[in-house]
Amino acid sequence: MGKHRVMISCDEATRLLSDALDRPLGAGERTVLRMHTWLCSGCRQFGAQVGFIRQAMRGFADRRDGEDDGPDERNPPSAR
Amino acid sequence: MPAPLSAPANVPEPEPAPDSLTDAGFVASLRQQMVKFARLHLGDSHLAEDAVQEALIGAWSGGKRFAGRSAFKTWVFAILKHKVADLLRHKQRVVDAGSLLKEGEAQSLDDFFDDKGHWLQEAQPAAWLCPEASLAQQQFWAVLEVCLDGMPAAQARVFMMREFMDFETDEICATVGISNSNFFVMMHRARLRLRECLDQRWFAKEA
Repeated sequence: MGKHRVMISCDEATRLLSDALDRPLGAGERTVLRMHTWLCSGCRQFGAQVGFIRQAMRGFADRRDGEDDGPDERNPPSAR
Repeated sequence: MPAPLSAPANVPEPEPAPDSLTDAGFVASLRQQMVKFARLHLGDSHLAEDAVQEALIGAWSGGKRFAGRSAFKTWVFAILKHKVADLLRHKQRVVDAGSLLKEGEAQSLDDFFDDKGHWLQEAQPAAWLCPEASLAQQQFWAVLEVCLDGMPAAQARVFMMREFMDFETDEICATVGISNSNFFVMMHRARLRLRECLDQRWFAKEA
């Protein structure tokens, strides 16, 4: 973000919100982003929701990974 | 004290849910999903089939006990994920970096923003109610899968490497053969698209 603009548009703001999940933002980027999301509820929601998507993808990746023995113990040995 | 040997003490260990895991239909559909996933990343059917085969064998011979189908599925996918990641790291893909970019480029942001870069009215995100609660719902995961399936292949590949396989940014760029700035562009588009899909197919319906 070479030029020192105070206001960025929503496409730029969502881009920064996305970038923030993959790289650390610079101080200037953080400032303009904070300013934008303060005023723009759409981008505020976007930020929260892509954060949730990351959380969901993590869950997708290791869903029930630590599968502790489930409660349904079918086939008790006595049944034979 | 009763004689310890008088009773036949061979209470069998509970079997690892053999009935459900060897069910042909379940295995076939699981296998299909795995091949699809592996092929997306490896871009090569033979490699994909091999990786899936190994993952399945590995899962079955591991001697691990599974509480049910979804636990088993999670486990084989974890194995497959590692295999694919390994193959990707060792096999520099010279192939289709060019076509990857074109596909990424073609996905413009016009569906989301007007020419000033503001949200189009129908695209502007509204709040999701209690999204965390969705994570406990089986149906949510099915919708997420549909949305991931609907992404353009190149986007899906980069997005999955990042969010599912947990690669670092630099690693993805090197493996796929794209620049950092292209990577960020693709992730931005992927997230816009996936967010919109979840919004329409899940959160809008819920409300």
